[in-house]
Amino acid sequence: MDLSLIIMQLLSGIALGAVLVITALGLTIVFGMLGVVNFAHGALFMIGAYAGLYLASLTGSFWWGLLLAPILIGAFGMLIEFVLIRRLYGRSIDDPLLLTFGLSYVLVEGVRIVFGSDGIPFPTPPQLIGVLDLGIGFFPRYRLFVIALVAVVLLVLWLMLEKTRVGLIVRAGARDPTIMQVLGVDIGRVWLAIFGLGVALAALGGVLAGPMRSVNPEMGSLVLAEAFVVTVIGGLGSIVGAVVAGLMVGISISLVALFAPEMATIVMFALMAVVLLIRPQGLFGVKGRTA
Amino acid sequence: MAKSAPGGLAWLLDQRVLLSIAVLAVLPWLLPSKALAVNVLIYGVVVMGYNLLFGYTGLLSFGQAAFFGAGAYFTGIAIGRYGVPWFAAVTIAVLLSTCLAAVIGVVSTRTRGIYFSMVTLALAQLVYYVALQAASFTGGENGLRGFTVDRISLFGLSVNFLDPVNKYYVLMAFAALAMWFQSRILNSPFGAVIEAIRENEQRARACGYNVERCKLIVFMLSGAISSLGGCMLALHLSIVPLDILHYQTSGMIVMMVLLGGARSFFGPFVGAATFLILEDVISLWTPHWQIFVGAIFVLFVLFLPKGIWGTLLEGLPIRKARQ
Repeated sequence: MDLSLIIMQLLSGIALGAVLVITALGLTIVFGMLGVVNFAHGALFMIGAYAGLYLASLTGSFWWGLLLAPILIGAFGMLIEFVLIRRLYGRSIDDPLLLTFGLSYVLVEGVRIVFGSDGIPFPTPPQLIGVLDLGIGFFPRYRLFVIALVAVVLLVLWLMLEKTRVGLIVRAGARDPTIMQVLGVDIGRVWLAIFGLGVALAALGGVLAGPMRSVNPEMGSLVLAEAFVVTVIGGLGSIVGAVVAGLMVGISISLVALFAPEMATIVMFALMAVVLLIRPQGLFGVKGRTA
Repeated sequence: MAKSAPGGLAWLLDQRVLLSIAVLAVLPWLLPSKALAVNVLIYGVVVMGYNLLFGYTGLLSFGQAAFFGAGAYFTGIAIGRYGVPWFAAVTIAVLLSTCLAAVIGVVSTRTRGIYFSMVTLALAQLVYYVALQAASFTGGENGLRGFTVDRISLFGLSVNFLDPVNKYYVLMAFAALAMWFQSRILNSPFGAVIEAIRENEQRARACGYNVERCKLIVFMLSGAISSLGGCMLALHLSIVPLDILHYQTSGMIVMMVLLGGARSFFGPFVGAATFLILEDVISLWTPHWQIFVGAIFVLFVLFLPKGIWGTLLEGLPIRKARQ
């Protein structure tokens, strides 16, 4: 096996990991702020993919789908927070989790009613069809685009959280919501926005994954497990953790697929078990909160 | 649970195992079909085992399907591949499933709260993918086939297992055994300790209990009881579908326990019956029954978190006096 093949596979892993990073990031940001784990995250990822596909065919352009689907589904997420999840603050931490699980049933079945149970192919945008010669081998253009876009989104998120006033409120709110209320910040609005952001990231992940996987109502269930594995490895609530763990999982899946394809899905769970045995709070997690 | 003075309703409620068996004994004649009654029995046992973990210890696992499935697969493999008699197969299956619960428990009980839910889900999915890949043993995507139990014999007594009524009462014997076992656990000092852990983990720790070890033990006991439900399913269906291991099955178990009422002894059977009847009735007029069951579950979480049976019990004056 030559080196260039391994490097190409590594790049594939990064592209796979990039989608995982975006999806897990949505989960981890919401948990960091609201202390809620959204079990409908996988279903919203799937709905994002369908919305992207639908909007792309409606407008005739993949780019509108890519832009509008996260906004639309993010707004839908805010509605979910406002109507359902808001009622559960102050109750057991299990309740939002149970509620969102029930919600995922409704969402998946809803999509089956509207779009049918069969998978739908998601066409790659014409500008990104084909491969690019990287000198050592050919790599799909679309996957390079995914890596680049995720890098940009991460940079924007990081700048927003670290350099702006809004980011300051968000970070402070994650530390101590009560003090923020005393200081006159409407924390309910912050939570609403953050939940919407988390769901929008899931939808973005769904649209990006569309051309790489086939779009079907069940696609969210594998993604949910993957996103959980990533957040558990990285440490729930840690943004750096989600990025590092997402890339780690993506790369290990594609490298293992090269040598032992039947082990590819299993390897990430094994990775998670090892991390948990050594560091129960995850690589970048804070001890005490969850482990 | 504190013993109340004998007499009247309180005495009756203390006989929870006998009472539950009495209800289950007439169940086939209350439900529209024997097949539905058998399913209530099987899922009731699975959910009851899960209730030990979720209801009584307060650990929200999303991976109970792993043990339900393990019980079914191990039973099927033991009978079909190795020709083991049914009784030995069930015993072996429960023991092996308990070992699996020990392995998953060691990893997952190191975590707390939401983490625990996520880790159990992920580890159970690992079991799912292992079963999918090990097709030579498990039949992979097609499920496990090629084993049939048509006669059940024990101590010289032999019954035709293909007869639905016989089948129901044979499986009810399993359920009765599981209920007796669960009731013994709950009445033991250990039963008090796990409830103490649910109410206040730090306090239980301060009292000198090894919380981690208790959680691991309860995880294994819960897995053992749920795996017995899996054995019952394998005997009943003569096939094991791969979907039994999927996390949707774990989610279904969680839904059932909540619909019926976590923390109540008979709640799991009420929950299993409610879920299965809803599925049965709604799928008569639409294939999309899941959207209704999901919505009903959401409403339960919002407005009736104690479930049907739990809310009913709370309404009884006798229960209030005991607490």
